[in-house]
Formats: sequence, C-alpha cells, structure tokens
Amino acid sequence: MSDHGDHPDYLGHHYDTPEQQFDSGKFGMWLFLATEILLFAGLFCAYAVYRSNHPEIFHYSEQFLDRKLGGINTVVLITSSFTMAMAVRAAQLGKNGATAMFLVLTILGGFGFMGIKKVEYEHKWKHGLLWGNKYQDQEHHDGHDGHGGEHGDEGAHDDGHSLNLGIPGVTMAHAADGAGGGSAGDHGEDASQAGAAAGDGGDHGAATHAAGEHSDAGGHSDMSASDKSAPIMVDGEEIPHTTHETGAAAPEGLAGADDKHADDGAPAYVHIFFGIYFLMTGLHGLHVIAGLIAIAWVLVRTLKGHFSAEYSTPVDLVGLYWHIVDLVWIYLFPLLYLIS
Amino acid sequence: MSSDHGTGTGHVVHPMVLVGTLGALLVLTFFTVAVTWVDFGPAAFHIAMAIATLKAALVVLFFMHLYWDKPIIAITFITSLVLVALFISLSINDTQNWMPEMIPDYAPRIERTTAGG
Repeated sequence: MSDHGDHPDYLGHHYDTPEQQFDSGKFGMWLFLATEILLFAGLFCAYAVYRSNHPEIFHYSEQFLDRKLGGINTVVLITSSFTMAMAVRAAQLGKNGATAMFLVLTILGGFGFMGIKKVEYEHKWKHGLLWGNKYQDQEHHDGHDGHGGEHGDEGAHDDGHSLNLGIPGVTMAHAADGAGGGSAGDHGEDASQAGAAAGDGGDHGAATHAAGEHSDAGGHSDMSASDKSAPIMVDGEEIPHTTHETGAAAPEGLAGADDKHADDGAPAYVHIFFGIYFLMTGLHGLHVIAGLIAIAWVLVRTLKGHFSAEYSTPVDLVGLYWHIVDLVWIYLFPLLYLIS
Repeated sequence: MSSDHGTGTGHVVHPMVLVGTLGALLVLTFFTVAVTWVDFGPAAFHIAMAIATLKAALVVLFFMHLYWDKPIIAITFITSLVLVALFISLSINDTQNWMPEMIPDYAPRIERTTAGG
C-alpha cells in the first residue's frame, strides 16, 4: 500500500488498481455463473433425455401448466432484469437515489415472480400434480377436456377412452377390456412396439400397457422403469388378448384398478414430468430468492452511501447474478409451458 | 473496452440500448407464445429454442455487458455453453441408441423409429 498514496478505501489491499479489482471481481462472478449454468444443465439434460424417450408424457402434462401465468412471469422477470440493468447504470454514474429506486423495482419484480409461482404451485399441490408417489392421477374431465379439442383430428376418440397424442404411434389407449374401439391402425402401431400382433390383439396390448402401468390411484412411483416395463413386454408378446390376464401379471394392487382408470387418458410415468418440473422451477425459484437477498444487500449498501461513480462493483455483480436467473427462465418457459 | 469514464469499472450502457433490449425481449416473448398458435410440427421445438437463444443472447450481450467486456469473460461463458452442449448431446445420443435395447418397451417411440429403419 505504501507505494500507492491514493489507495482508496474501497480498494482491497491486495489489488493495485480499482480496475484490477473490478476485472478480478467480474471474472470471478462469471466463473461462478458458468458453474451455475452447468448446474442447471444437469436438469436440462434430465429434461432432454426424458423428453426424447417419452414425448407423450410432456405432451400430456403440459396442459396442467398455466401458459398465461408462465407468460406473465416471463414478462415480470424480463422487466426486472431491465430495472436491474438500469440500477447498475445508475450506480456506475454515482446516482444513488436512482440506483435505490431501480433496485426496489427489481425486488418488487422478484416478489411478483415468486407470488405468481406460489399461485401455480398451490394449484398443483391441490390437484396432486406432484412428483413421485405424491402424484395423483387426474380425473377424466381434467385430462380429456384439455386434449379432446386440441388433438381430436386423428379420430379414435371412442367415448373418450383413448387419448390421441397427435404423434403417430404414440396413441395411448386406456380402454377397459371390451371398451376398446378406435381405429385399428392407431392401436396396432402402439401394440407393435411391444412386439404384439396388430388388430384386436394389438388394441388390447396397448390398453394393457397403459392400464397395467397406470392403475394405482394412490400413486405408483416406487417401481423402477424396468420393473414396470418387464411384465408389459411379456404381456405384449405372449398374452396380448385380455387385460385381465395382464392385471394378474401386474404387481399386487394394480389388477383391480383397471376400470377406475379406464377414463384417465393419461400416459404412464406422468409423475416424472412433475418431478422434473418442480426440480427445475424449484431450483430456479431458490435462485430468485438468493438474488432477492443479494439485491436487498446492495440496496442497503446503496442507501448507506457505500457506492460512488468510482466504485459500484457489488451492484454490477449482483446484477449479473440476477440476469443469469432471468436467462435460465428464458429457457424454462418455452420448454415447460409451451412445447407440446 | 474497459470504460468510457476512466474509472475502470465497466461500460456505462446508454439507457436507450437497455430500453431497446427490453422491447426486443418482450416482442420475442410474445413471438414464442404466438408460434404455438400455429402447428409447426416437430419444427416448433427448434423455433422455440431459437427464439429463447436469441433472447438469451440479448440479455447476455447488453444487460450483462458482455458486448463491452474483455474477451476472457466471453471465453468463460462460451466454454460453459460448449460443455453444456457436449453434456446434453452425448446424453441424448446415448439414450437414443441404448435405451430401447436396455429396457424393452421403455421408449416406444424410439424403439419404433429404430425398428422401422
């Protein structure tokens, strides 16, 4: 320090110049942001892998997300990103009053986002749209009304017992035995995946697939994918004719529930979509909360007069964090709410 | 690069640049919703991701000052994106090649695609 007569208070003793301190701080923050991106990448990867294997689940589940609320939240978060950028600018210019005002607006945006998130979470909680064995199969009218209109163009909506997903070969039939119907082509394709014959046998094979896997009303997440798949494969190839036989082959407790779920219209494993949904939005929400705390911290420091035109790096770095939170949401919104 | 105020604490962005960025982001948000009103089939995913990436680029370049920052920042950021791309693309490649064989009937759509050629 001795060789710097003008060493200002805000300059750490281990830095030679304010510029060096600023560059170091900024680089450190960006390194941290890079790890944040990699952290979220894990969840995006889970999403991508699961979606590529089970597009029908994402197609089905998306109807339970409120696009309007998601869109409003996107606008709220983008706007708060803007006010944060304005706060950084005001801080760089040493305008503490404007900085404080923009920081307050940013905090309000963050609270608005979390408030809307709370509404969405509460709705899902109430309806059992949750992860793992907390997931409750949705009532017939929930599932079907949302989809019947949108995806009815390929027919096969026999008394609402099957859900046409609009993707060839991914029609999931939920007919109870005998209530099948639908076009043979639709179900035949589905059945062929299990190696079963086409036609009526195929129809039942498909129904078996859906009903057998999906019939525990109280939730059914404890079985691994292979546990669930194995009996179906057997059924599909060896006894594709009746769903009752399938029910018998299925684990205890699943057999009797076929009728209850004949109307369901839902593909299997839907709870995993909500697991992914809550992990992604939940981790993002935690970041919003962390960002709010950080912004509150620089707001306090701004009000205490810690920053000036010469030194406002903390505002800048907190701003970067807030923007990365916005950045993640920019991808989450279309991936979870829009694409079906 | 470093500053237009001589203090070395970052580029001060003109407010109109920030307002313009905000406007572009809101317009793109509207677009990303609007394109779902039209059925683009499988292309919808790519359209949505292209719009999201454009929005992300605007945020990073202007809100986050990357446009004016030193190259080391861009290198850091882009490196993380490259790693993400590797991570996800290899995982997708792996699951699409192996999952149908490992777990019969686990991924019906993929199995069908593979079987059909």
